Amino acid sequence: MFSKKTTEQIECENRPSHLGIKSFYNNPKHRGWIYQSFLFLFLIGFFYSIVSNTLDNMSAQGIKSGFSFLNTSAGFDVLMSLLPFQTTDSYLKVFTIGILNTILVSIIGIIFSTLLGFIFGVAYFSRNYLIKKIAIIYVEIFRNIPVILQVIFWYTVFNALPIARESLNFGDTVFLNVTGLYLPLLVGESGSGLVYSALIVAIVSVFLVKRWATKRQEKTGEQFPILWTSLGLITGLPLLALLVSGVPFHFDYPALKGFNFRGGITIIPELISLAIALSIYTGAFIAEAVRAGIQSVPAGQTEAARSVGLKESKIMSLIVVPQSMRVITPMLNSEYQSLVKNTTIATAIGYPELFTVFAGSVLNQVGQAVEIMFMTLVIYFCINMTISFVMNRFNKRSEITTR
Amino acid sequence: MTLAAVGLVVAAQSSFAGSTLDAVKKKGSVSCGVSTGLAGFSQKDEKGNWSGLDVDVCRSVAAAVLGDASKVQFKPLTAKERFLALQSGEIDILSRNTTWTHTRDTSLGLNFAGVIYYDGAGFMVSKKLGVKSATELDGANACIQAGTSTELAIADYFRENKMSYKAITFDTSDQTRAGFESGRCDFLVSDQSQLYALRIGLKDPSAAIVLPEVISKEPLGPVVRQNDDEWFNVVKWVVNASIEGEFQGVTSANAKELQANGKPGQKRLLGSEGDLGEKLGLPADWAYQVIKQVGNYSESFERNVGQGSPLKIARGLNAQWNKGGIMYSPAMR
Repeated sequence: MFSKKTTEQIECENRPSHLGIKSFYNNPKHRGWIYQSFLFLFLIGFFYSIVSNTLDNMSAQGIKSGFSFLNTSAGFDVLMSLLPFQTTDSYLKVFTIGILNTILVSIIGIIFSTLLGFIFGVAYFSRNYLIKKIAIIYVEIFRNIPVILQVIFWYTVFNALPIARESLNFGDTVFLNVTGLYLPLLVGESGSGLVYSALIVAIVSVFLVKRWATKRQEKTGEQFPILWTSLGLITGLPLLALLVSGVPFHFDYPALKGFNFRGGITIIPELISLAIALSIYTGAFIAEAVRAGIQSVPAGQTEAARSVGLKESKIMSLIVVPQSMRVITPMLNSEYQSLVKNTTIATAIGYPELFTVFAGSVLNQVGQAVEIMFMTLVIYFCINMTISFVMNRFNKRSEITTR
Repeated sequence: MTLAAVGLVVAAQSSFAGSTLDAVKKKGSVSCGVSTGLAGFSQKDEKGNWSGLDVDVCRSVAAAVLGDASKVQFKPLTAKERFLALQSGEIDILSRNTTWTHTRDTSLGLNFAGVIYYDGAGFMVSKKLGVKSATELDGANACIQAGTSTELAIADYFRENKMSYKAITFDTSDQTRAGFESGRCDFLVSDQSQLYALRIGLKDPSAAIVLPEVISKEPLGPVVRQNDDEWFNVVKWVVNASIEGEFQGVTSANAKELQANGKPGQKRLLGSEGDLGEKLGLPADWAYQVIKQVGNYSESFERNVGQGSPLKIARGLNAQWNKGGIMYSPAMR
């Protein structure tokens, strides 16, 4: 292929100029453009015909089309919503609530699956027989069972809890029953702003201290007790502010009123089951990714670190894990994306995320499948593109610098 | 779901290629969308045979069109899937305890071919709660099947009475019942007919009661695609033939006798006089086959949901118009 093209090119260059059109066509660059534009036109035509055909067929069948339905009132209730919601709110609001609920369970899942994955991935290399075996058993059990079964399993476990009136009571502050987990809510009164700002100041100063300490260590080799300083700052400053402002907080405790608990925070069992199942399932895959990453770091690195007298825990955190990240990150990216896609399994237990509530309830009330499916697809696409974007940026940083 | 949406695009063309009636005659069976299992309406027994009031509509259509009530292919559908399945041409009739509403009739490209059961949404609560009326349900959790008209009816009712509730939705009626049994919700909302069916399915039916309130109109009936008037007429008049059969006193037992020696009205219905069948594009004995093989409305009702069934639902609104109900077939002539 390659050699043939070069001969063509040579021929093309050697040709006399009066063969203008032919030589224009024979130029691989021009020819490329021509083919590309044909393909482009064909694709436009193809998609145009699909869309117009669909619209024609739908109107011929008497099916409504368009996006005007988004402004009509939903008329049904959504189980859990991060925004205030009433049954009179629009379908657009339901759409937003669905997206937020999807993002919520995705974030929870990503955080906990990463924690589990790293803990068990590193535990695989433990010299303790029991810990190593537990890590292996965890991975083998949870990645071999379909995730939908795991979701339903945890939901069934929740369903076996006592009813609201016979809740498990943890010191009259936390309650657990079949309708969910009830936690006290911290409510700020006037003057609580001082405490919040103290917390923000503490976080910012931790970053500054860390930057300063790293710089100093690079220059002089002296280490700074960064962990203890940070802990001191983050707990000390807000505590001080709390005392100065006279503790402007109180707890709102959940209490049984009528059928259900009111007050405090309610975490519905659908969310808990889904989050647990997704975290454990994806965590098993991440543990494998972490194991692969760690194994990719040559043993010589560990040996060299030992020879300069680093502690075992420091070897892991300073030498092995940072180098393994360039193998782990691309795998993490796809695990996170699968996790987001797997949230649609919520439909089996009725957690009101985008797929259940919008491509489910709204679709069924409105019946405009093409529009609703399109909107749903676009959202999942956007969420996963965002994850990909962030992870690729992170990957760039952990990539090996080659010269 | 996505596949179904794509299928909608592709199949939309095929449904124009020929009428459903011709297609059904050609393939020799009626594809019928039913529920995933609801006692009295559409339910599969251990041997895989479907029975129920909704199932009988499809069997009647098969008897009228193909002369054999057994030539039906049943497709169990969840509430969420049902309209897509019909729009895409996957099924010929949707007979799945589906409420006739304005929105569904006007914006989904579908037509409702009649009413086979006049229903209304109601509540089932656990006896333990000590609730006597739906007005005491403020703040309670409700188990509802996703994508039903009940989902809307309950929202209206609670708003009207200035009460709050939390909707816990499930895909199938079995899941809804399981949610109710586990205590995830305090009450279950559904069409009254289904409440009785669901109650029977409970581990201890006597532990639950059905509250007296009926909060909405839920006329249930078979649905067909819009723009196919021929097939729409067939399904509509098969439903009417069964109701008219009861009114005229024609039963599966006496149909043969009355076809030969009945009154003029009975003979016209059973095809030994007149040309009602021909006008529908069906054999002359279409209604005879319906009543002979499936029975008239009363037989079907009593067998599936009435006194001959575990549900023991009284005829109520579903009695003939001259017996205190509102079941009424237009004139068979």
